[in-house]
Amino acid sequence: MAGGAATGGSSTSDTYAEARTWLLLPAWVTLGILVLAPVAIMLVYSFLTKEFRGGVIWEFSLGAYDQFFCSRGLFGDEPCSIEWTYIQIFWRSIWQAGAATLLSLVIGFPTAYFIATRPPRQRTLWVFLVTIPYWVNLLIRTVSMKFLLRDEGPLNDFLTGIGLLNEPLAIVNTNFAVQLGLFYSYLPFMVLPIYAAVERYNFALSEAASDLYAPRWTVLRRILLPSVKPGIVAGCILVFVPSLGSFLAPDLLGGARNFMIGSLIEEQFKGNAGNWPFGAAASMILLTMVLIILLIFARQQAKAES
Amino acid sequence: MASKKYDLRVYPGFRGITLLCLVILYAPLIVVMVYSFNASPSITNWEGLSLRWYADVFTGPESAKFKSAARNSFVIALIAATVATTIATLSATAILRGGKFRLRMVSFGLISLPLMVPEIVTAVATLIFFNAIGFDRGLLTILLAHIAFCIPFAYLPISARMQGIESTYEQAAMDLYATRRQAFTRVLLPLMAPGIVSGFILAFIVSLDDFIITNFVKGAGVETLPTAIFGAVKQGIKPNIMAISTMLLGVSVVMVTLSWLISRKDRKT
Repeated sequence: MAGGAATGGSSTSDTYAEARTWLLLPAWVTLGILVLAPVAIMLVYSFLTKEFRGGVIWEFSLGAYDQFFCSRGLFGDEPCSIEWTYIQIFWRSIWQAGAATLLSLVIGFPTAYFIATRPPRQRTLWVFLVTIPYWVNLLIRTVSMKFLLRDEGPLNDFLTGIGLLNEPLAIVNTNFAVQLGLFYSYLPFMVLPIYAAVERYNFALSEAASDLYAPRWTVLRRILLPSVKPGIVAGCILVFVPSLGSFLAPDLLGGARNFMIGSLIEEQFKGNAGNWPFGAAASMILLTMVLIILLIFARQQAKAES
Repeated sequence: MASKKYDLRVYPGFRGITLLCLVILYAPLIVVMVYSFNASPSITNWEGLSLRWYADVFTGPESAKFKSAARNSFVIALIAATVATTIATLSATAILRGGKFRLRMVSFGLISLPLMVPEIVTAVATLIFFNAIGFDRGLLTILLAHIAFCIPFAYLPISARMQGIESTYEQAAMDLYATRRQAFTRVLLPLMAPGIVSGFILAFIVSLDDFIITNFVKGAGVETLPTAIFGAVKQGIKPNIMAISTMLLGVSVVMVTLSWLISRKDRKT
């Protein structure tokens, strides 16, 4: 049913089979023109020559990818040695997204479990409480986080006020602030799939393990966690993937030293760098990474179901 | 069984973490809401309750900018959500009620594509696309981009609802000589109404909230609320920005609550 929930399942019929082409045409046209075609053109742009201050010259060039991977010395005439600047930015993004995913898992799993073990009538309310902040503008949430965390902000006021700290804690412009921002952005994506998995979990299995003298934390580790693993994996991917390409959290909470892929790409189009082919190439590399992750995930899900 | 000393389903500390989770989720929003009512022009000191920053939003020196941004945001969200909901409803009908066909999974994949491609990549691709075909950036480019990424958000609640409706209703109608079109408009659509409303509301909020894609495809001088807020925040967080944020936050919360109540009431009956 898990796959069925997405695509159809029990109540599919062929009532409108004759009209299906016409029914799907608007979606095909809209998404074909506004999503597929743009990605294809972006791929083309990544192989064009840059024009200064934005735009491209229609001339084939590997310059964008060369700039990404190759360091050719101060005058650009040396043979290619590996350029670490951009690989480091990607690496930092992976690391930050991974840390945010871990943070979401540590907080999100107990939350999802707690909600799933409430009486059925209360569950939807709890789920609703956890998801409401997600529907609030991401920009506003990130700005609010910054407002709360900043050096003279309410959190530091509170902590110094009760005497826990002598000096305000500098959180903004650190890696941790970015991780917290990402966690705040995508937490519901962690909670919801785990919640769905725990809700389907058969607690008779825990009973059986316990009757055979397994301590409760062993029951959790050996019986419950393996059973709900698909939900955990789905949650991790749903948090990791958008975190990887995020722009607002690193831009507003991270400052210049905590540059991530999103900021690198944005700078090529909106900022001073103005190198469109390079921005297109960086976007293609990010997209390829994301698609590979999703493909591996889809394979595993398919394997788990069969 | 009676000898169990504890409830197996309860793990110590999980309730505490859940409450901590809710505190983290709500604290920043509540703090900004509270400070939007601060009388002081400084964002650090508290000088008592006041509505002056709300008045400032509507009548202050920047009010014209905010008003046009708000108008753009709401007009775009309304049109984008309407078009996206229509497209999503038609697609869901074909995918769930169109029998088995080869392009079924492909179509579903295409519809969920905007959810899988990172937002910044969609933003770059759309900007490059409009540039390549020589389309001037402005309100229309924002609208087109919004329609595309709103479709999956409208599709999900609509298809969830359609899966819950047995096709026997339409078959019964057609056995009683309703045409296919009548079965669709008189039987399926009314049954679908709660899902369609939920889908519309979600699409509306998602459009209203979008910053990244809008920021890329908007023309110079054209602002929506999120891009206007972002521009202002770059100069520092000011109290009038907190007032606008609080209002926008209120709109989102009210609409999501509405969508939730509709789907919940529907499940009970």
